[in-house]
Amino acid sequence: MSVTANILPSKVVDRVAVRSWKTPILFGALALFAVVVFVLLGPSGHATFRLSQEGDAWQVPNLVLPAKVFGIIVAVVCVLLAAQSYRQMKNDGRIAKWVTMTFTVAFVIGLMVWIIGGTKTQNITLVGLFTGAMLITTPLVFGSLSGVLCERSGVINIAIEGQLLAGAFTASLVSSITHNAFAGLFAAAVAGVFVSFLLAAFSIKYVVNQIIVGVVLNVLVSGLTGFLFEKIMKIKVDGVTIYNQPAQLPDLPIPFLSEIPVIGPTLFRQSIIGYFMLILVAALWFGLFRTRWGLRIRAVGEHPMAADTVGINVNRTRFLNVLAGGAVAGIGGAYFTLVAVSSFSKDMTGGLGFIALAALIFGRWNPIGAALAALLFGVAGNLQSILSLAGTPIDGQFLAMLPYALTILAVSGFVGKSRAPAADGEPYVKG
Amino acid sequence: MSETQKVKDPTPPVKESQGSQVVREIMSGNAVISVLAVVVALVIGGILIAVTDPRVSTASGYFFADPGATFSAIWSSVSEAYGALWRGATYDPTARTWQGQLGIFETLTFATPLILSGLAVTLAFRAGLFNIGAQGQIILGAAFAGAVGFGMHLPPVIHLLAVILAGAIGGAIWGGIAGFLKAKTGAHEVIVTIMLNYIAISLVLYLLKNQLKDPTSTNPISPQMDANAMFPLLLGPNFRVHAGLIVAILAVIGVGWLLNRSTLGFEYRAIGANPKAARTAGMLVSRGYITVMLISGALAGLAGVAQIAGTEKSLDSEIAGSIGFDAITVALLGRSKPWGTFFAALLFGAFKAGGTSMAVNADVSIDIVAVVQSLIVLFIAAPPLIRSIFRIKAARREGASA
Amino acid sequence: MKLELKGITKSFGALIANDHIDLVVESGEIHSLLGENGAGKSTLMNVLYGLYEPTAGEILVDDKTVKFSGPADAMAAGIGMVHQHFMLVPVFTVAENVALGAESTGPGGILNLEETRRKIREISARFGFDVDPDALVEELPVGVQQRVEIIKALVRNAKILILDEPTAVLTPQETDELMDIMRQLKAGGTSIVFISHKLREVKAVSDTITVIRRGKVVGSADPSAATTELASMMVGRSVSLTLDKADAEPGPVTFKVTNLTVMNDAGQRLLDDVTFSVADGEILAVAGVQGNGQTELTEAVLGLHKHVQGSIVLDGNELVGRSVRQVLDAGVGFVPEDRQDDGLVGEFSIAENLVLDLYKKEPYSKFGSMNRAVIAKNAEAKVAEFDVRTQSSQDAADTLSGGNQQKVVLARELARPLKLFIASQPTRGVDVGSIEFLHKRIVAERDAGTPVIIVSTELDEVLELGDRIAVLFAGKLMGIVPGKSSRELLGLMMAGLPADEARAQLDGTVAGTAGTTPAGTAGTTEGERS
Repeated sequence: MSVTANILPSKVVDRVAVRSWKTPILFGALALFAVVVFVLLGPSGHATFRLSQEGDAWQVPNLVLPAKVFGIIVAVVCVLLAAQSYRQMKNDGRIAKWVTMTFTVAFVIGLMVWIIGGTKTQNITLVGLFTGAMLITTPLVFGSLSGVLCERSGVINIAIEGQLLAGAFTASLVSSITHNAFAGLFAAAVAGVFVSFLLAAFSIKYVVNQIIVGVVLNVLVSGLTGFLFEKIMKIKVDGVTIYNQPAQLPDLPIPFLSEIPVIGPTLFRQSIIGYFMLILVAALWFGLFRTRWGLRIRAVGEHPMAADTVGINVNRTRFLNVLAGGAVAGIGGAYFTLVAVSSFSKDMTGGLGFIALAALIFGRWNPIGAALAALLFGVAGNLQSILSLAGTPIDGQFLAMLPYALTILAVSGFVGKSRAPAADGEPYVKG
Repeated sequence: MSETQKVKDPTPPVKESQGSQVVREIMSGNAVISVLAVVVALVIGGILIAVTDPRVSTASGYFFADPGATFSAIWSSVSEAYGALWRGATYDPTARTWQGQLGIFETLTFATPLILSGLAVTLAFRAGLFNIGAQGQIILGAAFAGAVGFGMHLPPVIHLLAVILAGAIGGAIWGGIAGFLKAKTGAHEVIVTIMLNYIAISLVLYLLKNQLKDPTSTNPISPQMDANAMFPLLLGPNFRVHAGLIVAILAVIGVGWLLNRSTLGFEYRAIGANPKAARTAGMLVSRGYITVMLISGALAGLAGVAQIAGTEKSLDSEIAGSIGFDAITVALLGRSKPWGTFFAALLFGAFKAGGTSMAVNADVSIDIVAVVQSLIVLFIAAPPLIRSIFRIKAARREGASA
Repeated sequence: MKLELKGITKSFGALIANDHIDLVVESGEIHSLLGENGAGKSTLMNVLYGLYEPTAGEILVDDKTVKFSGPADAMAAGIGMVHQHFMLVPVFTVAENVALGAESTGPGGILNLEETRRKIREISARFGFDVDPDALVEELPVGVQQRVEIIKALVRNAKILILDEPTAVLTPQETDELMDIMRQLKAGGTSIVFISHKLREVKAVSDTITVIRRGKVVGSADPSAATTELASMMVGRSVSLTLDKADAEPGPVTFKVTNLTVMNDAGQRLLDDVTFSVADGEILAVAGVQGNGQTELTEAVLGLHKHVQGSIVLDGNELVGRSVRQVLDAGVGFVPEDRQDDGLVGEFSIAENLVLDLYKKEPYSKFGSMNRAVIAKNAEAKVAEFDVRTQSSQDAADTLSGGNQQKVVLARELARPLKLFIASQPTRGVDVGSIEFLHKRIVAERDAGTPVIIVSTELDEVLELGDRIAVLFAGKLMGIVPGKSSRELLGLMMAGLPADEARAQLDGTVAGTAGTTPAGTAGTTEGERS
């Protein structure tokens, strides 16, 4: 006897008039901002972007943009796109990706031109902007990748800050003692794993709330490194501190590639940590979405019981992922003391771990998204410090707020849909 | 065995919302666990102090020749540190001035903002919300209080009341944003409050460069508060303990009544334990989220008032110190109960007061206090760990009914 | 493959869910496990599947003792399970879900889903499943999701398939199809453990029936045993399967729902243009397979939904657009379908739960301050009146059994003078003793002249309580029929046929099938539906 599978029409019926107007509202507000600020309050004169530095093999002429005219163009584009987003939402109930992307890019460029045009010198070196940004972006990327590893498997990682700080401290200490930067790098990874071990042990084994553990671990690491900094790193032998003089990781320019204007100095004139970062972003993306390893991790983070019923050990997967996340963040922490600056100082991560958390969310729990968000936040952070010297129309503090404000918009649903793994933060306990 | 034995559905334990589970975990531990957690944390702190003390490492160099020397070095190292901590927090007969001897009043001074901000975390927690944002709310509260305190000139009493009100409003706004976003868009309050903490710092730094700047100073710092805007000192000019402590105690009583006796608190607790059932019973969950975060923010704002109008006198970006984060640990140690929070704040206030004296008198960095505090909370949050350390039987409740 | 359980015991703390259970499943048989909700069937199967570790006892496969430390071991031994709550990752595709845990990979662990897709198509073709390997699971209807679960087990070469309450989410017709699939599997040599509390289904499909009560095996029965006999084995005493209730004496119509449409945030119509009314002193039972708009109907009345169009009038007052508080104050008593999720605050005391929607009223509170003494006194009275089995009314509500929890909810909702009483799944997961009590209280409320709406996915309950029966399918009202209608008619309506079409179809087929098949079990009319 044959069975006719008369699959019943599901409850999915026609979609009607319920729509989310958050994005069109946000675009409208930003477009209005563009009109008022870029056009009406726009600076006269030109904004100059210097693409090459002296001594570069290839000299590229500067990019000079008339600030006012450019502001008008951007404002018009923004208004048109905002209208388009309203229309699309009204007609189709969703906004095409290109609208969102184009709007974002246009607005960011418009903002840059406005800011640069408004400074006294009216010019900026893009190379300086981006290479400086990498000082912030690199640890951010490692921090957010640590978050990706943990949260994709269902463990919320608020302790990124602590992992970075532990890495920075340990790298400096071990590198100073051994005079070997690689030993410092390795030790930093171990320190990150140690913080992760506490996070995993308390949140997975003892089922303590993950947010509590994360918050407390940050305090613990801050206290511990602060205490040891006072006790050990300030020990002087013959008038010099010997435990806070880490051997550094040198920059390793890649021939030819490092000569490409702007991109070369930014991406191909880095330390080994920087190259490792590039590889890690790609590898993690591929691993998560194209391999068995990733499929299982995502299953554990979305529906742990389903994973359990097909024989995947949920808590072991989580434990390993959290440990791996710790190693990644520890290496990110090493960047502070082995590359960025030459010694450890108290609480030197300065909240970057929380910006990494923001990048993770803003990048929608995707390694590439998180890396791009980290780049954006890094540029904003560096622009702030460059501009604090240049005298600008916008106060640097508002740029400093940018990552945080964008993250709030993201979790409130104003910027796309950011959906955390379904079981993120839910401990898995079986009977 | 009792006759009316309860028959449960033999289905595995029902999955409940995480918030309610946390609230229950935090509230159900017993006092023994808390005390033991403090002990273990102090022991680990002591080990850290000992191993980093050069005297101990020197003595351990000839450990096999003279083991006693090592132990006596450890003993003197740890006892000096904790002795200084204890005396600094309570009574120190060796201090040079008689004011300096009475560290207990410093403890109360440090405890005041901790009580208020701890209550802020406690209250939100009972409604199922994790207010990680006390830090930002304190900063905003202090900024608002400061703006009224040095920006306006009012008669005595009225000026102080205006400052208190302004601080509460400042904190309430900052907390309210998180509550509003949670209620209206579902944005996770943990993320939002963390982000708001950093926005608050940037905002205040901006204000300190502009509207709130002391024109006579080149630093980002505000002018001093009017004398009328300050909390009166409770014990005269020799001690810093101020009337903010009275506000804090009133707040403990008030939050206690609110949570346990009032219909509003009934709603908050229902929302915290099971928001869906609360909604079905006609409670307005989103309004609950907003109002509880307003009140919570206001309490944290009062902690900001205690800072600026109690001890600091002027606003800078460091006005909140680490109070906002300590508040979380205080609330956890206090098991999210108003009086529990009060005593936990006293303990942490004592750590702060004693930690300063320890740093001066025993050359032990005050950072050790942060280590001990965080260890306490970790151990309290994981009772099975403490039980296994002390080999306490877990089956307390079952044993009682047998 | 033969499966044997010997002396399986599983306890959770003081609670013994399974007590020395012995069970033998012969190769190629359909073995039903019959028992009330909470009798311990699912726990037993989770032990068998390696999810729980048994406290005592052993499992034998083909007469060899096996030990499962996890589901992987159980699967390796040839045991597959379709859980009551599907174990599918919603954001994964069908192929990803089927592959999970047994993935084919290329070098470096790179996923290769081609093999999985091929197997899915093959099994789909064999059983006529029509499942697209690349569809996202969250976008599939539940019936199809269940088939994905079966495919998952078959891909892993399961020789014993456990089906845990598989019919709870299916229409009677879909249930018939599932039974055909079970017979096909059996013909292919697969043993099946079929877990259910529905007597008719168990009788229709089983080779052997084992009855479990309160965690113990109380006996086994032949599928030909009388329904009443099975029922009394299951419950532990003779039960009257019918409720003594007088005919309704409907008064004036005071509750009217007109053109009611409810949408979700994405704009899908969960309830589509529904119109009906209920008279005073009448019970309208709303039937339908779970997820066809019943929840939305009751929640719309209570004011829990944002996107509601149409009109709901009670006693001349429009309820659409009112807050929950206002609806409750208008005299609506509401028992939600999931008492633990929506009806009770588990960690609150019974006393507090009994005033969960009354706490703002005097005498329970005054000037915003609660009166604990009055609340405690109220609790004592209600606990006595509704026979809530507890040591103290100050105990937390989640220490109560399901039936007693439901009594607390009912006691609270019936405490006020009502103009409308709505109860969703009033007896889900409740022991039979409590069911009788709860049903009597509901009928008593009707007899007091209140219009009553009962929503239930259990046809038995619908037939027992309903003076009239409304059937919902895919958010649409298929019609309202008298309380004494036949199961076949309701079954067709639950599968999406409007009442008159369903009647016409029954009249057409009556000659061929009447009297020859047990009610509701035969594959009634597949060929004729198109």
